[in-house]
Amino acid sequence: MSLLEIENLSLTIGEAPILKDIDLSISAGEVMGLVGESGSGKSMTALTVMKLLPHAARAKGRVVFDGIDIVAAPEAAMCRLRGDDIGMVFQEPMTALNPVKTIGEQVAEGIRWHTGANRPDAEARARAMLERVGLPEKQFPLTRYPHELSGGQRQRVVIAIACALKPKLLIADEPTTALDVVLQAQILDLLRDLVDENRMSLLLISHDLAVVTEMADRTTIMRHGQVMEAGETARTLTEKVHPYTRRLAEASTHVPERAKPADSGPGETLLNVEGVTRDYPIRRASLFSTQHSFRAVDDVSFSLARGQSMALVGRSGCGKSTLARMILALDRPTGGSIRFEGERLENKSEGELRPARRHMQVVFQDPYGSFNPRHKVERLVAEPLHLLDEKPDRARRRELVAEALEEVGLSAADMEKYPHEFSGGQRQRISIARAVITRPKLIVADEPVSALDVSIRAQILDLFADLNRRLKVAYLVITHDLTVARAITDRVMVMHEGKIVEEGDTNTVFDRPETETAKALVAAAPDLDRALRMRLARVSGG
Amino acid sequence: MTAYLAKRLAVGLATLFVASLVVFSVLEILPGDPARIMLGMNASPEALDALRSQMGLDRPVVLRYLDWLTGMATGDFGRSYTYSSPVVELVAERVAVSLPLAVMALTLSTAIAIPVGIFAAARRGRLSDTLAMGAAQVGVAIPNFWFAMLLVYVFAVGFRLLPAGGFPGWGEGWGGLWQGFKALLLPAVSLALPQAAILARVTRSAMLEVLGEDYIRTARAKGLPRRAVLWRHALRNALIPVLTILGLQFAFLLAGTIIIENVFYLPGLGRLIFQAISQRDLIVVEGVVMLLVASIIVVNLLVDICYAVADPRLRTGR
Repeated sequence: MSLLEIENLSLTIGEAPILKDIDLSISAGEVMGLVGESGSGKSMTALTVMKLLPHAARAKGRVVFDGIDIVAAPEAAMCRLRGDDIGMVFQEPMTALNPVKTIGEQVAEGIRWHTGANRPDAEARARAMLERVGLPEKQFPLTRYPHELSGGQRQRVVIAIACALKPKLLIADEPTTALDVVLQAQILDLLRDLVDENRMSLLLISHDLAVVTEMADRTTIMRHGQVMEAGETARTLTEKVHPYTRRLAEASTHVPERAKPADSGPGETLLNVEGVTRDYPIRRASLFSTQHSFRAVDDVSFSLARGQSMALVGRSGCGKSTLARMILALDRPTGGSIRFEGERLENKSEGELRPARRHMQVVFQDPYGSFNPRHKVERLVAEPLHLLDEKPDRARRRELVAEALEEVGLSAADMEKYPHEFSGGQRQRISIARAVITRPKLIVADEPVSALDVSIRAQILDLFADLNRRLKVAYLVITHDLTVARAITDRVMVMHEGKIVEEGDTNTVFDRPETETAKALVAAAPDLDRALRMRLARVSGG
Repeated sequence: MTAYLAKRLAVGLATLFVASLVVFSVLEILPGDPARIMLGMNASPEALDALRSQMGLDRPVVLRYLDWLTGMATGDFGRSYTYSSPVVELVAERVAVSLPLAVMALTLSTAIAIPVGIFAAARRGRLSDTLAMGAAQVGVAIPNFWFAMLLVYVFAVGFRLLPAGGFPGWGEGWGGLWQGFKALLLPAVSLALPQAAILARVTRSAMLEVLGEDYIRTARAKGLPRRAVLWRHALRNALIPVLTILGLQFAFLLAGTIIIENVFYLPGLGRLIFQAISQRDLIVVEGVVMLLVASIIVVNLLVDICYAVADPRLRTGR
């Protein structure tokens, strides 16, 4: 008898069909992985189980949890279930906690509500639960507010809230997507331990096949609101019976074809960074205390050759983005020098930087946030053209935009459209078109594919590799995702607390990491093949 | 928290100083000679000079500014040119009307608007929400003097329940207090109406914004019913923008009520400042303006303290 049984579940929001005939069941103590790309209906399935759907949503079908018919259950019955027998953990830990309440209040609240315990008892249980998720009272008293905790710590609090009453089912909706790989591994470990301790069932929603393979006994793969395939994780992902499963698996391990770095030989130096340091002043505790500073980037030196592709990897907060901002001359170093094509950047005025700016462009993570929604693509892509010495006239400008759009696999006619008319992947292509229009020699890409679905991500990685080959543009790719680094870069630098701790050939460093930082990153990075091998070994071993 | 408050207080004092400079210099630059206004256009130059030196107007500007500043610091705001009585007394008389009026109007508007705003947000899109917001729309649109006349017509002329205008003073004992209260009731209601309408809309939209936040979903996932989520999690977060508007409204109510004061023949601050300006009674204008600046600074300080109470992120000074 399953703990949760979903049969023929269909869901519409207004007129739009969201879910079609979903079947899914989870038995006690089982981990079920729910995989799919954005818009596939994963989260809506979870919210149907919690009955926390948007107003206009109508569910049809059978959803039975522990003998209770959820579709028909009245709100009061659902309030008794939520937080007691079913807990839920969400994707974004930074916003999942109420900023004006202490973590103690927020964990104890559910306990008091469901058990009727008095405040001291509820707080004692909250204390024990926070301790269990790795927030011992000594460092994290109940009186802490969410803003005093980091993202990983906040996610632990959310897990403590969800698991405080030892639920029979925990639903975790992309619980680690917003965290760096090392934190991700820690949170997944914690979830696995909680499952084992209490014979809790876990519905783990993720877009990451590797994460699901590591965690889930069985996996359900969804697409366009329908279940494509479901079954035991190891078998489903090794046999790949369903073509969509095969496509997903291929896309998530996709490596674009690239010329061997040895072919091009050690080229002429494009970018040379020497002894760069960046300090940020820390707020003084009082007017009379001495001014302290925080060293975000600490004595970093490296050089990048023309056409070379380099990755900069490290945990969040290690100084990757600060370094990138200084290279782009958006921020000035406290010490050291940055030379681009032999010219020093760090002491130039904005006007003197123009020629350099033209030759280095940037691609950001979020293809939604980096465009003005009221401008047409023509204007968006043409933006960097003001850096050219000779301003092109309108006809020439349109020509250049059309060229750039075709370069990235869009058509010239797309310049008449607005950004909202494109999908996420297409928008990332537009931002790449904007970056290549001035024919730059260097593109700095800050997590260029981490907001994209795996299949689109594979296409964008191909595009990066292709532009590197055709336009001989050099890359500095900032990422916490080692698969991305492997896919499109020749060399890698591992950064830790502002310092470059390891540097070398990308595959060599990831196959044989030498420093603790690199080892930790490699060990924590989800890897589909490795996870599958381990799962198969476990299955055959007993 | 103390650092936060100390900083706010320092900013407040600096503002007060800058305001005093601005007020003094603006009135210094403006045309119009108080001595001539007091003596009329036909006064002889000798008489004018005599009066000027008597009022100290012939002394250097810097000295007069310093005198004025030290005077205010010791509670001496000077003497009015037209009323020939100390500014402090004039102002105190008027504040006894304006301050209670402002407090009454604000209490009334808050008591109506915040529950209506919360209610409308909780029932978003339903008939009750549409009706409440429709009423708020009407409340914003109705000019308050017209609404005031309507109130007078119904409650003073029609039912003869409340006085149509004037202010008898606060009198002796509970009876006197009641008379004063009755005189201020209709003005307070007419001032509160548009304020309440704006406040209800702000409360509703602040609540709606907060209800869309992730932590509301977390609270619901804990098993809290909708109502508990509304009161325990949403309200305190929604209060910040509401507090901002409240602070602004109070500042307006203290001295921006000249039209309502005229409709009800109330001797309030608004009328005092209007008369003082038209008679070039500079010393009164300066005194009242400084008082208003000070009270707005105090209100802002109170609002800042409320912010810090409502939002722990502000306490650490970030």
